[in-house]
Amino acid sequence: MTTEAVPSGIPVPHSNDVESEENDIREHLMHDPRPRAELNRMVMESMQVTPKSFWVIVGILALLVAVCLFGAWLYMIMKGMGVAGIRRPTFWAMLIANFVFWIGISHAGTFVSAILRVFKAEFRRPITRAAELMTAFGLAAGAMYPLIHLGRVWVGYWIIPYPNQRWLWPNFRSPLVWDLLAITTYLLGSIMYIYLPLIPDLAMARDHSTGWRYQFYRILSFGFTGAEGEWQRIRTAITIFAFAIIPVMFSVHTIVSWDFAMTKTPGWHSTIFGPFFIAGAIFSGVSAVAMILFIVRASMKNMDYFIRKEHFDAFGKLILVFSFVWAYFYFNEFLLAWYAGDASDQFVWNAITQGPNAWLWYLMLVLNIGIPWLTLWNKKVRRTPWMLFVIGFLINIGMYIERYIIVPGMITVNRFPFQWGEYGPRIELVISVGSLSLFLLLYALASRLIPLIPVWEVVEGQHATQLRRIGKAKVPTVTNLE
Amino acid sequence: MEKEDVKWGMVIDLDQCTGCGACITACAMENNIPYVGETDAGYGRSMPWIRVERLWEGDYPDIVANVMPIMCQQCGAAPCESVCPVFASVHSEAEEINLQVYNRCIGTRFCANNCPYIARQFNWFDYAPHMPIPLNYQFNPDVTVRTRGVMEKCTFCIQRIRRAEEDAKARGIDIQDGELQTACQQACPANAIIFGLLSNPQSQVSHEARSGRSELLLLEELGTQPRVVYLKSLRTQGISIQTPED
Repeated sequence: MTTEAVPSGIPVPHSNDVESEENDIREHLMHDPRPRAELNRMVMESMQVTPKSFWVIVGILALLVAVCLFGAWLYMIMKGMGVAGIRRPTFWAMLIANFVFWIGISHAGTFVSAILRVFKAEFRRPITRAAELMTAFGLAAGAMYPLIHLGRVWVGYWIIPYPNQRWLWPNFRSPLVWDLLAITTYLLGSIMYIYLPLIPDLAMARDHSTGWRYQFYRILSFGFTGAEGEWQRIRTAITIFAFAIIPVMFSVHTIVSWDFAMTKTPGWHSTIFGPFFIAGAIFSGVSAVAMILFIVRASMKNMDYFIRKEHFDAFGKLILVFSFVWAYFYFNEFLLAWYAGDASDQFVWNAITQGPNAWLWYLMLVLNIGIPWLTLWNKKVRRTPWMLFVIGFLINIGMYIERYIIVPGMITVNRFPFQWGEYGPRIELVISVGSLSLFLLLYALASRLIPLIPVWEVVEGQHATQLRRIGKAKVPTVTNLE
Repeated sequence: MEKEDVKWGMVIDLDQCTGCGACITACAMENNIPYVGETDAGYGRSMPWIRVERLWEGDYPDIVANVMPIMCQQCGAAPCESVCPVFASVHSEAEEINLQVYNRCIGTRFCANNCPYIARQFNWFDYAPHMPIPLNYQFNPDVTVRTRGVMEKCTFCIQRIRRAEEDAKARGIDIQDGELQTACQQACPANAIIFGLLSNPQSQVSHEARSGRSELLLLEELGTQPRVVYLKSLRTQGISIQTPED
């Protein structure tokens, strides 16, 4: 066992006032320990105490999913893609923008959980689960779009490489086939990655519940008893998955960006689309995690103990950093296209910055750069949860606009001015509302069934953290348990 | 026996083209391109396989209209082929033509996004069963009627190529130059469209393509290796617009 001083994150108090010093330290979850039994009870309560208004909201969401997502999709299948607003030359539009948006949202879960776990960022402990669930449900919402978008969805399975009588295989040169493989890998990998740290919590829930809940948790926890050997294996598996899921995460959004970058289309054909999309995905995803944390904290019982101002503070910093990264890539993309002066790129950039929808572009810059840069440097703002919610919401709007500009925006103009067009969404709007509802519905239902706080990780962190007395000062330290 | 190279190609003489649009109509008749109605066509859902672009040059009153028929360029290295996940957009090695397999297409529309010529069309609805009388009587039995959800594009009238090949085979000789015309070529009153074997150096199309007049391959710089050659003399081609005298 090694003991190291915490380099950052937890501020070292310099005040001589011992009383306020203790209070400052107690603001951190890791320095405010409670007995394990108490934490278990609090998490179980958070799942079981459900106000009536929750079921009203779930009912509305379920209705929206049924009508707006599946109903509208069925209508589109029956009538043809023409009920959407797409028209030549904008063959891909809002549905694909939604696809990129949701796949982007799904990135933050893995980022927050796996990368922060690998780098042992202590503040991650209570929030990994909430972020990982966002990955799974973001993927569920996003992965539907390539299907919704197919002209003949009833033969969509032809894209899957399966052995058949005619020896017909998909075209492995097509980025769409890469997409299929990457997203499937990511979905399966992240579900397993969610599941592994969940097993001890499911076992805890099993031991604290009766009736159908007991049966549900008994089956899902695989008879986990908490023996030393089981912990050993689960820790090894979590470590392997935490490392393995990171390259998968990077590959997924790179491949999503290749759907565009691999084409010859001006505006899309760009070598930096891979990292640019990843930066954007994490930027919007981290903002979405901050929003989810606010909702969870405000709506679920006992959550204000686990999710604290320090977490919003940390997310505020992450959002600000990724706003810098995103702005850097966007500036690169824009400057080079402008400087090179290639005629077709000029068409595209002129259409975006001076065309009829130019206001979207300026709004995007304000939301993605202006808002975070002006607000998030301020500690008071970062530590106010509702402000983080508002900022996260605005950033997600900005990032949605970014995708909207890339997908329908850049292909309304092309190398033949005679063929330039416009695009306005029709049934896409309804389907978008439906898939947002699907995401929220899945999350709401999961919050009743899955312990949103990994109790064992919090307990572990609280055991590992302590105050050491060095001279007159009390210094927070973390023991490395591995 | 090694297969002889067969490469079909087209020459479009921009000096001859008047921009009348007969090729568009003829193509629609030959290839069962559905009538989509006024509303949908206005919205941008008409599906012509060939279009005549009007490009205006100069300022009023000295305006010149340049016209240019554009269809699928049957690229040798076609961007649409590599992106199709199910090989619906494929290269025919027999004719060196880029083909669309309608019943394999699942409608991702990726090919349409990657076509630099915007030559591909999508079936937004099932238009064919709702063709107004008497248009429904004129479907060409040699050409598939497409359903909703698939892509389509110019095929160089592949059904005519096939028929000519079979006729030639039955007679035991090669296809004669000029024996085979595409629908757009047949309808062109100015003889601006010439179709034939680029692989045969004696054919009229090869002759025209090497005529020494300013040749143009559309977006050649993209490396798509188009099979359609545009000819244009150095003088400004176009139709002068008379200004009203009043």
